[in-house]
Amino acid sequence: MTLDVFDIIGPIMIGPSSSHTAGAVRLGRLAQAVFGEIPEQVDIFLHGSFAKTYKGHGTDVALVAGLLGLDTDDAGIASALELAKVRGLTVSFIPADLGAVHPNTAKLVMRKQGRKREVLGSSIGGGNIVVTQIDEFTVDLRGDFYTIIATYLDRPGMVAKVSALLAKGRVNIAQMKVSRVDKGAQALMVVEIDNQVPDEIAEEIRGLEGIQSLLKIKPI
Amino acid sequence: MEAMFYKTVAELVKTAEQRKCPISTIVLENQVENTELTLDELLKQMDKNWSVMVEAMERGLNEEVRSVSGLTGGDAKKLYQAHLSGSSPLSGGPVMETVARALAVAEVNAAMGRIVAAPTAGSCGVVPAVVYTVANLRGNSRSDIVKALFTAAGFGMIIAYNASISGAEGGCQAECGSASCMAAAAAVELAGGTPVQAAHAGAIALKNVLGLVCDPVAGLVEVPCIKRNAMAAANAMVAADLALSGIESRIPIDEVIGAMKEIGKSMPATLKETACGGLANTPTARLLERQLFEAYEE
Repeated sequence: MTLDVFDIIGPIMIGPSSSHTAGAVRLGRLAQAVFGEIPEQVDIFLHGSFAKTYKGHGTDVALVAGLLGLDTDDAGIASALELAKVRGLTVSFIPADLGAVHPNTAKLVMRKQGRKREVLGSSIGGGNIVVTQIDEFTVDLRGDFYTIIATYLDRPGMVAKVSALLAKGRVNIAQMKVSRVDKGAQALMVVEIDNQVPDEIAEEIRGLEGIQSLLKIKPI
Repeated sequence: MEAMFYKTVAELVKTAEQRKCPISTIVLENQVENTELTLDELLKQMDKNWSVMVEAMERGLNEEVRSVSGLTGGDAKKLYQAHLSGSSPLSGGPVMETVARALAVAEVNAAMGRIVAAPTAGSCGVVPAVVYTVANLRGNSRSDIVKALFTAAGFGMIIAYNASISGAEGGCQAECGSASCMAAAAAVELAGGTPVQAAHAGAIALKNVLGLVCDPVAGLVEVPCIKRNAMAAANAMVAADLALSGIESRIPIDEVIGAMKEIGKSMPATLKETACGGLANTPTARLLERQLFEAYEE
């Protein structure tokens, strides 16, 4: 267990709850980062305690604030729904049963110009979060690290090629998870790393045969 | 790797007494050793926290802050105005000022305003209210205030390490109770008391709220949380006064923290932030819950 004074007096945040509000903002931010930009439309499915108390805790507003890129201490969080209108983001909230998941879980289905991506994540306490699913892929993404997310065609050697390029860029891997729908079909690679991937290395990864997309995410 | 910080109040107090310095000095030096931050960076970050705390107090006292649900709000201003208009509060001016400030921050929290979790969002009113009022009374500088927050944090870290600061884990004793203990210790330091007195104040404050259940109506951080911030702040002021007059806690603070952990473990889940028991399960609470959630479904 590591603790410092600012875990006790801090963080600076928008109330009223670190898991229902601050965690929800971070979940929205991470979902937006995974989508790559602010979507045009998002359907937010709220599960468990999120579904029951989201209005009172402002979980709905906080998720949208995160989708718009606001931080956990931004005074604009409370008016995020109005801000969404201005920024051209249409939102709907749908209380739902998402199955055997953490009680504070949301699924965000984001759309823009025919492109669609689903992110399922939970607020697990004290503002900490975990994204467990991106589209049909199982992941374990916490937003504490620089991260790259690549979609590619499942074939031998892809992980080795990507990690070789990361090594070339002196990027240290903290955690890595690959997931695929079927053998030989589309696959997803989530690599949490200690430092930012240099642009030229990112370009080289994008240029690898079989890589379909690459996203760089900063800690949120 | 486990951070090497003081794991008991006894060790913290002993070091401060040996060095003949306030507890805050020891906490600060310890943080410099154990984090990537310099003394200056630590003080700056805490100073920023204090600015946010002050802003929240001012906002809550001057605006009629309303919560998102509409259940709560406006009480801090009401109390402050009543006090300003010359009524003689039965419990004394400084206590009512403290209570008004604690209400102010807790109301700003419920209204999705900006606050500092201290130690949590649900208990964010206690420490700023006590520290502000005591510093105002004793004429402490901003630098004294910022240092006293490190004393509060030091006590909170020891509670978090040995027991809990989460209502879901330990009941409200772990949130408002911890905050009250932290605030009492900081108050003693600001008022010129000794490290030993700070520890007694913390122990007395915490002892008085052992068994405090977490039973938020409709699951929201409003009822009874906001008024519990007020009471926990008053509790800290009285605890500090007792300790400053030389009264000691017969049970040492580290054992009180141990008792808090044991009590938290013995508490049924219905009384730990689940909104299944206690005040959350009264007929009025259930009625309010139905009204709130029906309104949302429209």
